[in-house]
Amino acid sequence: MSEQNRLGVFKTYKLYVGGKFPRSESGRVYEVTDSKGQWLANVPQSSRKDARDAVVAARKAFGGWSGATAYNRGQVLYRVAEMLEGRKEQFVREVAAAEGLSKSKAAAVVDAAIDRWVWYAGWTDKIGQISGGANPVAGPFFNLSTPEPTGVVTVLAPQKSSLLGLVSVIAPVIATGNTAVVIASADAPLPALSLGEVLATSDVPGGVVNILSGATAELAAPLAAHQDVNAIDLTGAGPELAKELEIAAADNLKRVLRPRPAEADGSDASTDWLAAPGTHRLTAFLETKTVWHPTGALGASGSSY
Amino acid sequence: MASAFEYAPAPESRSVVDIAPSYGLFIDGEFTEAADGKVFKTVSPSTEEVLSEVARAGAADVDRAVKAARKAFEKWSALPGSERAKYLFRIARIIQERSRELAVLETLDNGKPIKETRDADLPLVAAHFFYYAGWADKLDHAGYGADPRPLGVAGQVIPWNFPLLMLAWKIAPALATGNTVVLKPAETTPLSALFFADICRQAGLPKGVVNILTGYGDAGEALVTHPDVDKVAFTGSTAVGKAIARSVAGTDKKVTLELGGKGANIVFDDAPIDQAVEGIVTGIFFNQGQVCCAGSRLLVQESVQDEVLDALKRRLSTLRLGDPLDKNTDIGAINSAEQLARITALVETGEAEGAERWSAPCELPSSGYWFAPTLFTNVTQAHTVARDEIFGPVLSVLSFRTPDEAVAKANNSQYGLSAGIWTEKGSRILAVANKLRAGVVWANTFNKFDPTSPFGGYKESGYGREGGRHGLEAYLDV
Repeated sequence: MSEQNRLGVFKTYKLYVGGKFPRSESGRVYEVTDSKGQWLANVPQSSRKDARDAVVAARKAFGGWSGATAYNRGQVLYRVAEMLEGRKEQFVREVAAAEGLSKSKAAAVVDAAIDRWVWYAGWTDKIGQISGGANPVAGPFFNLSTPEPTGVVTVLAPQKSSLLGLVSVIAPVIATGNTAVVIASADAPLPALSLGEVLATSDVPGGVVNILSGATAELAAPLAAHQDVNAIDLTGAGPELAKELEIAAADNLKRVLRPRPAEADGSDASTDWLAAPGTHRLTAFLETKTVWHPTGALGASGSSY
Repeated sequence: MASAFEYAPAPESRSVVDIAPSYGLFIDGEFTEAADGKVFKTVSPSTEEVLSEVARAGAADVDRAVKAARKAFEKWSALPGSERAKYLFRIARIIQERSRELAVLETLDNGKPIKETRDADLPLVAAHFFYYAGWADKLDHAGYGADPRPLGVAGQVIPWNFPLLMLAWKIAPALATGNTVVLKPAETTPLSALFFADICRQAGLPKGVVNILTGYGDAGEALVTHPDVDKVAFTGSTAVGKAIARSVAGTDKKVTLELGGKGANIVFDDAPIDQAVEGIVTGIFFNQGQVCCAGSRLLVQESVQDEVLDALKRRLSTLRLGDPLDKNTDIGAINSAEQLARITALVETGEAEGAERWSAPCELPSSGYWFAPTLFTNVTQAHTVARDEIFGPVLSVLSFRTPDEAVAKANNSQYGLSAGIWTEKGSRILAVANKLRAGVVWANTFNKFDPTSPFGGYKESGYGREGGRHGLEAYLDV
């Protein structure tokens, strides 16, 4: 049968929660179209319950993931890049459709997304050295500050940059040992849902990244108010929503990463996701723990060790 | 109870400090009355004597101070870092020169023992200015990129438990990085900040770089919500911290919050008991327990619980409570009548919920605000006294059997500011420290502070770090 006569096989897009691919418990779906309005797929419209389930999965995964060695986390992130590289064609197609890009432009975006995983893979075992260190306190103490992951992070993925922007916000969160509940771009969720398939086959433990599709504001509200979420990245929220969510986040003093001015009008296409990311997304979700221990140094007191 | 050791009174002289009958607000380098002419009195908590009358800032004064700080920002931020450094070094030196005066003043206004203001607060205040002075011309090397920029005007609200130290924690990094500040001290302890204004004058600090607004919560609120404030720094209660976090939502104000705590002090059975007991005492009775990072939950391994409690009660019976200006005093006055009422209410709740109360036998002075060192045994994790921050000299004792149980109980709190670990086993210290969700962990010591060492909490103890290289980030556009 020639290619022209063959009927294509559509993909049923599903959520990625706790390492599994559930449909929304609500049974709802919504229609996703390409940039020209052409039907692409029906995707799950996640509910508040799905969001809460994702938090449970992320919390469960936190102990193991944050406890893994930085070397191990780096390997796992690099493995994501490997798997993504192998599925490049699919993502080029999905990104081109989602963002209305030419095939070559979409290919450049996918390459950049792969390279970003590689970049963050290299950060896992360096961020502690960059952002921690010994403090020369004026006394007989050994005093060390080390960064630690803050916990479960809700991530509102950029609305326009469906893959590169998405990877740019997920990778730093998990590179530092946090686990993530991600709300994909509402209009262009397909690359995100496909990324779930990549993560599932790339040694990232189930629950470390959980991906939900649906209405951003509807899903973000319960997550911003959730008492077991430690931080929220508001990149994908417009200014009104971002403010509302930041207010809700104050209830348990979540760490909040506000949208940068370029992102704040919702037109995050103006954000240059291709530019070098810097470390602010890594440090935004870290706590600094400082441990003091006496050295028993022979000092003025004449005490001995 | 008659103590085995009777001490003759050893009062520090108050003559080294000259408190004026009234003070104004310090705005744009001048002392000035509040726009609406309002004033309030500040009293000595140990005697209820009125020390002075100070201006009570309102919204109009906040606006005036922010404008002055904004105007000063242009020149101050444009100064070479090396010049800003010299101003901060000058301030540090003047603080050292005047430290006896300031220690007595702080003890009078706050009620804490002179031993603590003299030996802990003031040396640390000077050290903070020295430490951040040195950063002012080295910001390129701080790890926040080349040439990191200041934010602008910092609105800072500080508590009454360490009035001058909290001022130093806020003002030193703000000025080093090129910001200008409007600072509101707590209403019960306004005096040392006003004396600091005089130090700024002596140091020749340009007008408007530091502005001090004495006043109540309404002034603090007006300050943190002022549209021309770029950075909000707050130390205080979690409830107010949450309100501030809500109020800055949707703005581009940068925020750091140092809030409450319910620190777990974990004593393992192999701990050096005498040292641990001293650490427990320091952990919860330093500054009458009015410390956000106090070790207010003692978690003691069951096999040594009786031994530790006996030693602890014995030690508490030797603490000397009374005149804060006496150099032999260990426990001073509670900062205010309101705070005393809060402590008393929480302790009554503890008793009503079935926890067993024990208070050190000591006579309380007839005037002033006092609370005897107190501990609760028979406490469970569900008890209010094990969950709520009391902010007073009250210790809740819980027990555990295994290290895992100790970690689980220590982390079972909305707070995550501090923790202590007492054991002779190094690997246990490191393993437990790793698992504790707290910003500061003291192993075989407690309540140690240093300007080079970042301080701040996890969870509802707030966000951001003060002190150290980390403390710069809060005042830089990064």
